[in-house]
Amino acid sequence: MATIVPYSHVLILAAILFLLGAGCAVARRNLIMILIGVEVMLSAAGLVFIGAAMRWQQLDGQAFVIFIMAVAASEVGVGLALIVYSQRRTGSLNADDYDLMKG
Amino acid sequence: MGITQILFWFLSVLALFSAIMVVVSKSPIPSVLWLIFVFFAITVQYILLNAQFLAIVNLIVYAGAIMVLFLFIVMMLEIKPDGRPLGPLLRQWLPALLLCGVCLIVMTVFLLLAAGGAGPLPLVTASPLAFGRFLIQKYWLGVEIASFLLFVALVGALYLGRGNGTTGG
Repeated sequence: MATIVPYSHVLILAAILFLLGAGCAVARRNLIMILIGVEVMLSAAGLVFIGAAMRWQQLDGQAFVIFIMAVAASEVGVGLALIVYSQRRTGSLNADDYDLMKG
Repeated sequence: MGITQILFWFLSVLALFSAIMVVVSKSPIPSVLWLIFVFFAITVQYILLNAQFLAIVNLIVYAGAIMVLFLFIVMMLEIKPDGRPLGPLLRQWLPALLLCGVCLIVMTVFLLLAAGGAGPLPLVTASPLAFGRFLIQKYWLGVEIASFLLFVALVGALYLGRGNGTTGG
């Protein structure tokens, strides 16, 4: 019977992808880059779900990826609308420039 | 080592390299273009992992819709490189590296402790038909909630993006 890689390899790949996304969201100051980091993190989470669905031969994992995609799509829609809105109001996309509430 | 393993490792290297390029690109446009490679690699991984329907949906939603949305916004806002470096080293990159390092150590420990991922995964197939039936039969409420969430997000994006711009209210 043909096999593919062990589940732990999928977990390792997803973990490194998730951490790259988290690093992108924390380290970059551009609002669009922060949103991209969150996208990469959500993708990595979906990869874990699909691998788990394969590992335990249950379709529940695949069903949850559908919901992850719905959340990611709405997050990107609202997030980009918010970015455009704040860019119109402040003229900047850098998160460091949003210091209105600084005492 | 069979063809599936070679394909898996090639796609993993492609995804990780593209993700690194996403993080270190100076301007958002090359970043978004590298992100397409990440999503493409993940899509083919989905097919390898027996999720054909999700692979196609991933390709359409992520690589199609979301990437076009990102590129559209980036070009609409005409982001000019403002000469600032990627971010303050001590304040931004050090916490990011610390966070990632700690998380990586914890994940490695858990992966080494867990015995669940020992054997190679079997290569089986589940048709998109079976998946669709399963989704609607068992998770119909979740599907409804997800569609409502998308609707609310649509209304919210329309509300935020309306108006003549300069004076928000």
